[in-house]
Amino acid sequence: MAVHATHDLTREYRRTVPSTWWLKRRTYFLFMLRELTALFVGGYAAFLLVLLLLDQATFASVLKSPVSLVLHLIALPMVIYHSVTWINLTPKVLVIWRGEEQVSPTLILLVHYAAWGVISLAILGLAIWLCGGKTI
Amino acid sequence: MTRSNEPAVWSLFSAGGVVAAFVFPALMIVTGLAAFFGWVAPAELYSVLQHPLTRVCLFVCIALPLFHWAHRFRYTVADLGLEGHDKLLSIVCYGLASVGTLLAAVLLIFR
Repeated sequence: MAVHATHDLTREYRRTVPSTWWLKRRTYFLFMLRELTALFVGGYAAFLLVLLLLDQATFASVLKSPVSLVLHLIALPMVIYHSVTWINLTPKVLVIWRGEEQVSPTLILLVHYAAWGVISLAILGLAIWLCGGKTI
Repeated sequence: MTRSNEPAVWSLFSAGGVVAAFVFPALMIVTGLAAFFGWVAPAELYSVLQHPLTRVCLFVCIALPLFHWAHRFRYTVADLGLEGHDKLLSIVCYGLASVGTLLAAVLLIFR
């Protein structure tokens, strides 16, 4: 016992935190939710990678499958949560000075949301324009 | 000061975060909803993917978000109780992202 005690004295004290710590508070939970969006971001990147492996017929049947629809419907809110939390952090990361005056954080935020909107509309418009819609 | 690879992987994490934030939701609507409901024809989407410009964009949309995942996931797993295994976690996460990047490059160039 005594041997263990002296050995332990020289060790750094580490407070153990239960792995459910993020369920204790709403802010912790939202933090963990944000961190877990990375799984869906990475998952979708992997999905794009898999699409590259397919021939045209398989590509079409994968995108037309209900499994694809369900997976997309699960992942989409998580990725949108990533976008929102990411853009909301930009005024904290991008502190721009124009002379003596700091550019308003709200303006930086608005510019990023506008850019997100424009890029999204461009992608959707381009896809529908190039890949022909039957129903629209 | 101890040497660290943190700035390099943080840059990739950050770049991937930006790409995913601005591009992924719309891209997911295209591959998930538009293709399923017939707003776009999968066969035509497939032929758009053959264009060199699309392929460059796709490489960016695969490689950078993979590193975003790797970096964030490494710290999330550590936060969930595996902080003692940082070296292994780093190897697995950045390793998988690197393999995915390499695979994307090979597929986009040769297929």
